[in-house]
Formats: sequence, C-alpha cells, structure tokens
Amino acid sequence: MSGTIKLRDVSRPDSEPLIHLENGDLMPLPAPLESPEKDRAWAALSEQTKSRYECGLDDTCAVNIPKPKTREEEAQLVARFLSGLDKLFDKENNWTFLQPLLLTMEHCTGCQTCAESCHIFEASGRNELYRPAFRSEIVRRLYFKHAKRGGLLSAWQHGDIHLNWPLVARLIELAYRCNLCRRCAQSCPIGCDNGLVAHELRKLFSQEMGIAPREIHENGSMLQLRAGSSTGMTAEIVKDNVAFIDEDISERTGIEVRTPWDVEGADVLLIHNAGEIMAWPENPGAFALILTLAGVNWTMSSELAAYDAINYGLWYDDAQFARVAMKHMEAAKKLGVKRIVLGECGHAHKALCVIADRLLTGDLHIPRETYLPLLRDIVLSGKIKFDPTRNDFPVTLHDPCNMVRLMGVVEPQREILRALCPQFREMEPHGVDNYCCGGGSGFAIMSGNNFPDWRFHVSGRKKLEQILNAFSDCPGPETPKYLCAPCSNCKGQFRDMITYYDLWQKNRIFYGGLVELVVNAMADVKPGFIDWEWR
Amino acid sequence: MTAAAYLAIYAGLLIFLAGCLRRILAYARTPIHLRWEIYPLPHEHPYRAAYGGSYFETQEWWRQPQVANRRGEWRVMIEEILFLKSLREFNRRLWLPSFLFHFGLYLAIAVIGCAGFIAACGLLFAGPNAAKFVSLLALIAKSIGAAAAVFIVAGAFWLLMRRTTDPALKNSTHAGDIFNLLLFIAACTLLIGGYLLRAPGTASLGECARGAIHFDCTVRIGSAFGAGLILASMLVAYIPFTHMAHFIAKYFTWHAVRWDDRRNERGSTIEGKVAASLGYRPTWSAPHVGADGRRSWAEIATTNPPEESRK
Repeated sequence: MSGTIKLRDVSRPDSEPLIHLENGDLMPLPAPLESPEKDRAWAALSEQTKSRYECGLDDTCAVNIPKPKTREEEAQLVARFLSGLDKLFDKENNWTFLQPLLLTMEHCTGCQTCAESCHIFEASGRNELYRPAFRSEIVRRLYFKHAKRGGLLSAWQHGDIHLNWPLVARLIELAYRCNLCRRCAQSCPIGCDNGLVAHELRKLFSQEMGIAPREIHENGSMLQLRAGSSTGMTAEIVKDNVAFIDEDISERTGIEVRTPWDVEGADVLLIHNAGEIMAWPENPGAFALILTLAGVNWTMSSELAAYDAINYGLWYDDAQFARVAMKHMEAAKKLGVKRIVLGECGHAHKALCVIADRLLTGDLHIPRETYLPLLRDIVLSGKIKFDPTRNDFPVTLHDPCNMVRLMGVVEPQREILRALCPQFREMEPHGVDNYCCGGGSGFAIMSGNNFPDWRFHVSGRKKLEQILNAFSDCPGPETPKYLCAPCSNCKGQFRDMITYYDLWQKNRIFYGGLVELVVNAMADVKPGFIDWEWR
Repeated sequence: MTAAAYLAIYAGLLIFLAGCLRRILAYARTPIHLRWEIYPLPHEHPYRAAYGGSYFETQEWWRQPQVANRRGEWRVMIEEILFLKSLREFNRRLWLPSFLFHFGLYLAIAVIGCAGFIAACGLLFAGPNAAKFVSLLALIAKSIGAAAAVFIVAGAFWLLMRRTTDPALKNSTHAGDIFNLLLFIAACTLLIGGYLLRAPGTASLGECARGAIHFDCTVRIGSAFGAGLILASMLVAYIPFTHMAHFIAKYFTWHAVRWDDRRNERGSTIEGKVAASLGYRPTWSAPHVGADGRRSWAEIATTNPPEESRK
C-alpha cells in the first residue's frame, strides 16, 4: 500500500493513482481464503485505458472519463463542475435533497465514527482514500470555498483545497467507490450522511456534466426509457420469455401456471426486476406459481418500463429517477390496479415505495408495497402445504440494504425462513445492521476494465467474510449451502463473486432468491425445484 | 471590568440567540425533501423499533394509521443527548473524552440556570430561611460549576490530543477545530481559576448574576474571573457560526431526515409541498435532463429523452 494520503493529494497534477492495494493490505478473510496467496490476483489496468481515460485515483477505473486534450478543455470542465456545485445548493435545482445535504456539509465534526461502519474502508485494510469522510471532506471544503464564496477566515475554519481538473477527475471516480448503503449515516452521532454526499456528487456529474458510467446511464436508465427495460427486452420479447418460463415451471412443478398480462382492475400489479426474467427465470416462475396457488388476483403490465422494476436513477440522477418512477405509476393507473407489489429487487423497493412517495400527487397515489408481507402471509396462512424437510440444508440470509436498513422490512423474510428452512442461520451482524453485498448502487452491473477485481476484493469482501463465517460449521463441498439473497442486484454480485473465488466448485456455496426456497418446500410440487445447477 | 463583563454577557447571549435562530430558519425554510429515512425508527411500535422494522412489513400498510410512539423517541433522544449513545456504540475510543466534554457543557448550562435562580431568589425573598436556601444553592452551584469546568477542560484537552495525534482524525482536523478546543480550555480555566483565586471582597457567583440582571456596576468582579466571563461570552457568541452548532443540526438530521417516515397522502400537507416543489424550474445543463429553466420538475419527470430525440 502506498503511504497515507492527505486531502491535498487529490489535487496532485499528475495522473498517477493516489493509492495501490496489494492482497496483503486487505482485511483478512476466513478459510478457504485465509492467506493473501489464496486470494485472487488483481488484473492491472491496460496501458490503453490508462492513456485514454482518467485513472488517477486507485487501481481501477469505473467511469472511463476521457482525458481532456487541452488546458482550455480542462478549465471548461472545472467551470462546469463549479456550476453544478452551485446548483446542488440551490432549491430550484435540488429541492429533492437540499436540506440533508446542507446539514451534512455544515455539521460534520470529523469524529470518523462513520469509518468504523464502512465495509469498504475496513475491507481495504483501512485505506485513507476509502474513509467515508475523505470524500465528504473534499466536497465540504469545496462547498465553503466555492459555493459559499468563503475567504481566508472560512479556509481557516473549514480547511482549504485547491480545485483543478485532476481533483474533479478523481472525485468523479471516488463518487463510485461507495455502495450508498448508508451504514455510515446510521452510526453518525450528528446524523451526517456520507452516502448522500456520494449520491449528490454522482448527480452533479450526471445532471450538469453528462458524466455517468455507461452501464447505469446509456445501457441502464436510457435503455429502459427507450426499449422498456435495461435488459433491452421490449414488451413482445418479455411476454414471449415469460410464456416460456410459465411452460417450464408448469413442467418442472407439475402445476399449471400462466402469467396474466394487462388485467384491468387486478388486485396486484407485480413488477419484477427484468434481469430475473433473463438470468434467473425460476424466480418469476416461482412467483407466478405461488400467486396462482394462493388465488391472488394479479397481473403484469406490458407498458413501457412497467415490466422492469429497476430504477437506476436512484443511484445517480434525479431526473432519470423521476421519469422511471412516473412510468411505473402511470402503468398502474392505466390498469386501475389496487396496488403495486415489487418482486425481488432491493433498489426498486426503495425507489418506488420510499423515495418516489414524495414525487406523487393526485391520482398517482397508488399504494406500493414489498412482496415480502404478502409472501409471508401466504406461507403462514396454511393455504399451501409445505414440507420443510425439502429445504433441509444450511441456509443463510443476506439483507439487501435498500429493503432492510433503508425500508425497515426485516422480519417477514425471517418468518418464512424459520418456517421452511430447518437449518437457517443468521449472518452477523444482520437486519438493519447488515453489510452491503458490495454490488450496491450499480456496482453489480459495472464490469468495465478491472472494476470487478475491485468489487470483489474490496466492496464485496466484508460480505464474503460474513458468508464464509455463516457456513463455517460445514465448509466442505459435501454439504450444499444456500445463500438466500432476495434482491436481483445482490444476486448478480453473489453470482460473480462466488464464481470469482470458485466457491461453488470448491465449497458448494449456492445462491438464489427467497421464492425459490418457498416453491422448493411445497409438498404438492415435484421435488427438486432448486436444482443446484450453477448459473 | 464589571461593566465590560456585563456587556460581554449580554452581547454574547444575544448574538448566540440570533445566530441560532438564523441557522434554524435556514434549515426550516428549505423545501420538503425526498424521503431518506434510516432504520431503526424509535417512533415505530416498540416491538418493531427493537429490531428496526417498519409499517412496510404489513400487507396494505396504508389501511392502518401511522404509529407515533413518542415515548420510544424520547427514550432514544435522552440517551443520545445525555450519554452520546451513538458514539459509545460505534466509536468507543472517542466516547469518553467527548462525553466528558459534553457533560461538562450540560453542567455549565445548569450552573447558569442556578446562578439566575439564586439572583431571582435574592430579589424575591428575604429573611433568614431564604438566605440559608440561597447559600445552599450557591454551594451546589459552585460545586457543579467546578465539576463543569474540570469536565470541559479535561474533555477538551483529551479531544485536542486525539485530534493532533490520531492519524485518523488529523486529516479532517482544521485549524479552526484546534482553536475551538483551545478556546474552551482557556475560557474554562480562566473562569474556574479566576473564581477560586478571586480577591477578598470580589463578587460571588450569585452576586455576579444579580449584578448582571440589574447591570449593577458597584459589584466588584475579579479581573481574572471577569476575563473568563468575557472570553466565555465570546465563545458562546461564536458557537452558532461554527459546526459546533450541531445541537441545532441534530434536530433536523434526526427528526426531519433519519426518522422522517411520514407518508404522502392524497390531500395532505405533504402533497401540497411536493406539488409546490415540482413547480421549481431547474437549470441543470446535461442535455438528457432537458432543463432549460422554463420546464418544471413535473414536466421533466414526464418527458422521455429517447422518445424526444426520436421525434
């Protein structure tokens, strides 16, 4: 690890990374990854990437910002950054988060309590760059100096910093080294929110400078608004795929299933993360089976964006966020459904149930809820017969931050697991004190350059430690183990991380959703719904 | 010295109140923001608050009234304010110095209250019993005052050591932070030292308070104690203009952000505020936002950039 960095280093005029991490620097992991030699080696950034893009922060590059060609271009970019900084503190431009942002800017005491809660800081071997307040302190100094036009007295009181293009370029990357899990905000004695600072920075870069990772913007929210889903699936394709899933599920379970589309006046409009339909079809299939057997009057919508619950705007752009949320609400209004129920997607839960709540007026007030209490009530109602011995293998539960810490949905999933999984065990800590999977805030879908190396070594490391500890009584491949992740994004992170460390082949750690466990335990379904086939 | 000390006390309190009011209004006048709560919420049902659950754990939650468990909220607030619960739980190394410092401040506030009460008693009641009561109060106030000064100085000194020696804290410590702690140490040392070592015939705490209320310049305030009063008054006046005003921020960060799970219901005040905010006209420059200063947030939210570019 390069020595301890100082805040002033972010303005360093060269484009050399501020830090470099080796496996030996990182937080140690339990067996089978207990020594740095057993850990995977990091891929280095290619010379081409380094020559074309700004890579002056650390060992990776998430955003691919082209290097400016002239001093004038650099000056223009800095001017645009300053213009965006002003807008962040203006109510016309940023009424959405102005109050919490001001409070965070003006009251941090620098106690570093946040650092003790941050999985990225801890996993990096407590590297100064990843301290949650490091990023915020840069923004705070810029706020007092430029947005509040502070002079010498302000610099003495709040600290000074030199604004130049290298600082802005590093700040763009640094905004994408936080999972926005807000565990740090949960522990702050003042209530300051470093996660919010990262979120607001991303907004500034996207809404003012048009800079955001391609996976989240062009291939994410823009694609969803154009085609209907960030997977690229149009309504026709998604209906075809779901029909195929219905057929497959009917065959596998022996129970006839047919997903209803565009049913006017239905009780429930179910919106999945469309990634499930593409990558984990057994998940929407399991939903269809459970709702059918429980006799729920439900439907899916084929309106633009309404068959994909994702809302990537939540992570980086208020305008994109509001547009997708409006599409979801308009589809519900058009069908006249009584409520929207969200499938296994954490950020979609928070986006539509919590954050969008204060975007809605008039007849767009259509109730939204998580699928979890509905599923819990179905499971515990006795309407469906279960045989928990079918789930008699070690199961642990990952708490998606957006559903749990940021929405307070903690117990329904546990009630289900306690009822259906005899070997359920908790990770420590869990519930609202959980750790992020490491793929939160878009990281799970960001795989440019060597970003996955950073994602698995650093942001996912704490969760990996938790998973290995949860199964420490049965580590060997002779015992198949199920990591239950009721969130599409988290599942993506787990799929990639378990593959990266080869933990399926060597340790038989499998991952999947919650509804799959429910169907697997149904007494009237053909046994073996969970097929333990890696995908 | 006496007149200068009185002037400093009045000016300090006035500036403090004005500064606090200005800060409170600045935050209170910001528009309603999007929901951004973090669980656990202490005003949930006690059984849910215990593990961090919310009303979202119930099907059709909107059919049930929202719970307001104020008792739970008060319990958490008292633990947080008096014993700095978050710091104790999440940053034990910093808790003791910080607790000493803050508890000293609370004791100092109690001493100011006591001194005011002694002065009021002296004005309102006469006779030997009243005198005995006032003497007893003065003794209590002096003891609390001494404890306050010791706690503040010890806490501030300990925090100063942490800030200057702990690499984790050094990067985010400004010259202003060091100055603030030194100011506390200086003011409290002068106050306690000046009071304990005051010359015979100079005013006691109660006499000072009574004199300040009447602006009685015949009261003799010792020079060191007077200097302490002036410095402490300057410190009090300075607090609202620094991050030390986090006692104000904390109300907003906890009640208006972290714990704010109020629902936006049709026809509610919240809906009215949301509708007003959706009327703001942003000027963000990135082309995909489509903010030209004429379109409102409501209009931007209902546009679709890919469709617009197709047209």
